[in-house]
Amino acid sequence: MLAYIIRRLAYALPILLGVNLLTFALFFMVNTPDQMARVQLGDKHVSEEAIEQWKTQRGYDKPLFINTAENSEGLLTDTIFFEKSARLFVFDFGKSDEGRVIGADISERMWPSLAVALPTFIIGISVNIVFALFVVMFRASAFDTAAMVLCVVLLSISGVFYILGGQYFFAKLWHLVPISGYLAGTDAIRFLILPVIIGVVAGIGGGTRLYRTLFLEEANKDYVRTARAKGVSETAVLFRHILPNGLIPILTSVVVVIPSLFMGSLLIESFFGIPGLGSYTLDAIQAQDFAIVRSMVFLGSVLYILGLILTDISYTLVDPRVRLS
Amino acid sequence: MNELTSVMNELLSIKPVVLWSDVLIYILVASLGLFFYQLSKNPLARQRWRTVFHSRAGVASFIVILFYLLIALLDSLHYRAPLEKTEGSDEVHYSQEVHSVLDVVLTELRNKDEKTYSAPFAIYSFAKENMQTDDGVVYRDFPRLANAGQHLADEADHGKDVFVRSMKALLVAAFISAVILGLHIAWRQRQQRQQCSRGLTTQQTLPWGTIYLTLSLLVLACCWVLELSKVYHILGTDKVGQDVLYWSIKAIRTGVLIGTLATLLTLPLAIVLGISAGYFKGWVDDVVQYIYTTLSSIPGILLIAASVLLIDVYIETHPEQFNLVAVRADFKFLALCFILGMTSWTGLCRLLRAETLKVSQLDYVQAAHAFGVGHNRIIYRHILPNITHIILIALVLDFSVFVLAEAVLSYIGVGVDPSMASWGNMINEARSELSRDPVVWWSVAAAFVLMFVLVLAANLFSDRVRDAFDPRSA
Repeated sequence: MLAYIIRRLAYALPILLGVNLLTFALFFMVNTPDQMARVQLGDKHVSEEAIEQWKTQRGYDKPLFINTAENSEGLLTDTIFFEKSARLFVFDFGKSDEGRVIGADISERMWPSLAVALPTFIIGISVNIVFALFVVMFRASAFDTAAMVLCVVLLSISGVFYILGGQYFFAKLWHLVPISGYLAGTDAIRFLILPVIIGVVAGIGGGTRLYRTLFLEEANKDYVRTARAKGVSETAVLFRHILPNGLIPILTSVVVVIPSLFMGSLLIESFFGIPGLGSYTLDAIQAQDFAIVRSMVFLGSVLYILGLILTDISYTLVDPRVRLS
Repeated sequence: MNELTSVMNELLSIKPVVLWSDVLIYILVASLGLFFYQLSKNPLARQRWRTVFHSRAGVASFIVILFYLLIALLDSLHYRAPLEKTEGSDEVHYSQEVHSVLDVVLTELRNKDEKTYSAPFAIYSFAKENMQTDDGVVYRDFPRLANAGQHLADEADHGKDVFVRSMKALLVAAFISAVILGLHIAWRQRQQRQQCSRGLTTQQTLPWGTIYLTLSLLVLACCWVLELSKVYHILGTDKVGQDVLYWSIKAIRTGVLIGTLATLLTLPLAIVLGISAGYFKGWVDDVVQYIYTTLSSIPGILLIAASVLLIDVYIETHPEQFNLVAVRADFKFLALCFILGMTSWTGLCRLLRAETLKVSQLDYVQAAHAFGVGHNRIIYRHILPNITHIILIALVLDFSVFVLAEAVLSYIGVGVDPSMASWGNMINEARSELSRDPVVWWSVAAAFVLMFVLVLAANLFSDRVRDAFDPRSA
């Protein structure tokens, strides 16, 4: 097991290197530091000195890949690529273009993100599974059809409308919860209820439909028919046979997003003013702070690859037929 | 006769503007036509399409999508109108504004600006203004709108007028539908009689009832909108007094194009890489797998945001390439489509690779190898036809995803150009409006309804297509 994990992590290195090269190409070759400086300094007629100064302050004055001016030691390390990208591998994110330490910002803003994303994730999955089971219980009936139509309708509504609608009715009209904002500690609950509910409701359509298909696939298998044939009651078949076996593909398919929960949701966090990583990224995008966007791209990739590895491991845990190789 | 010549003159004097996205959408429609023509020669595919169009949801949603597509196509023929000639010069200058054929149809809507917000069907403005009575006394009240309800002699007739006009629209719509349906039913009966006389058995037919109902509803909606929009702002006006209905109709083009172009622009990449990985295996497979794992491990929204920021910088530093606002917006729009496609082609590529791996092991492919058939020919004749259903399913499934994504991206500020009409931009602007008191709800509602209908139709249609073409889900 340990050997497998280490090997998988080693496989991840070239992928992360690829991610870094890609973002590097996007950020430094398409958009050269000179242009960045011009945009940041905000004036079309900035003096050359000002640009040079801006670049020196942020370490953008070095060569891209190979520093021919340096001797063997600094040949590869004293370059923009090494300074800005290779350091990410040890999670040294450096400073943002504004001058703040990105690593500290991330570890501080991670928790509000998690406080929204984790309950949404857990409640969302439970609700979807319960609904899907309920629909499967009445499969091939008018209720089933109606539920599926409802799911398609829910699925066809943009997430933005769920948020706008939720904020309007629950916060503005009925004054049940604050419209937006965030407080640390237990006070946070008041602010978290609405985003979590909206996150769950927005996912019901797609989730229920998908899980219903998975449960139905299970319900058509031979062992279920055998169980029925030997006289097991319909409820027992559903809860003792279909549910546990149907949960396997469901759980293994959601494992991949668990690490990414740290990243938070861009949309929900910015609408509700939650100071998490999602709104952090969004602010960086809007302020054109490339250092932060670059760090978040890297972090997101790392967490996604971690999710893939966890998925493979979870397969072996729930299904003994699958072996790690 | 005079009128006709003046119209002709006007038509000849315009300067057509060809935007890249216009070209692409027409190429797309043409190639879709060709694709369906090819499919119609394939008996198995024909059988599958028959199951799609014989389901009521399938055919109804298809008609709705066609309707949207038609509007988008009309909105994709652009031109610049000539400006009035200045004294003493023969040179013709063209307007900086680019209009489309759809704008001509909706001229009345486009030119009916108010000062600021007004509610749907309102005849009074939403905001109070200082006004003067005839004897010079200044008072503050809601002013009458400049372009809504002007024909009303008595304001108390407002509600009655809306009702009467709706009824009129209903009658006109009923008449048009009755004529079309009547003619078609008569034609069908004649066809049937001919078939019977030739001794052909009647095949199972399309769900005509649903088709007629959908068409009638569309005709009704068009008649109602055309009749009432003449004298009212059906969906109100926005902050600067523009008709919301006009902008939400203009946004259809953006939605439809982003849904189709995003997949299509990266489709060649997915097909070529996916098939080569599955067919040639070995190092090709390794390289392709590496590429799509790397791309898919970057969070999509961040990749899009980063690329769009860079495009903004490019546009800012190369202003000479974009002489018109519309050209700039179009460039950004196409780039956005391409990037959206880049974030999604990896999934399709993976599916194509897996399916090619499977198909290339089949006996007839082995036999082709044994006969000495070349790689290109095997791929074209034996592999490609057996994986087209995956491409098709991906195309229709991604459509609604991209339409929804556009709204989110424009909200975040990395979507289409703010000068372009899009539902995302409308929602984005409406955010501050929702916190006003009383609430300005109509532009959000307009974007919601138009987007919802399109996405719902696309989802229903893609479900039917998937059921018909995916052997696993059957």
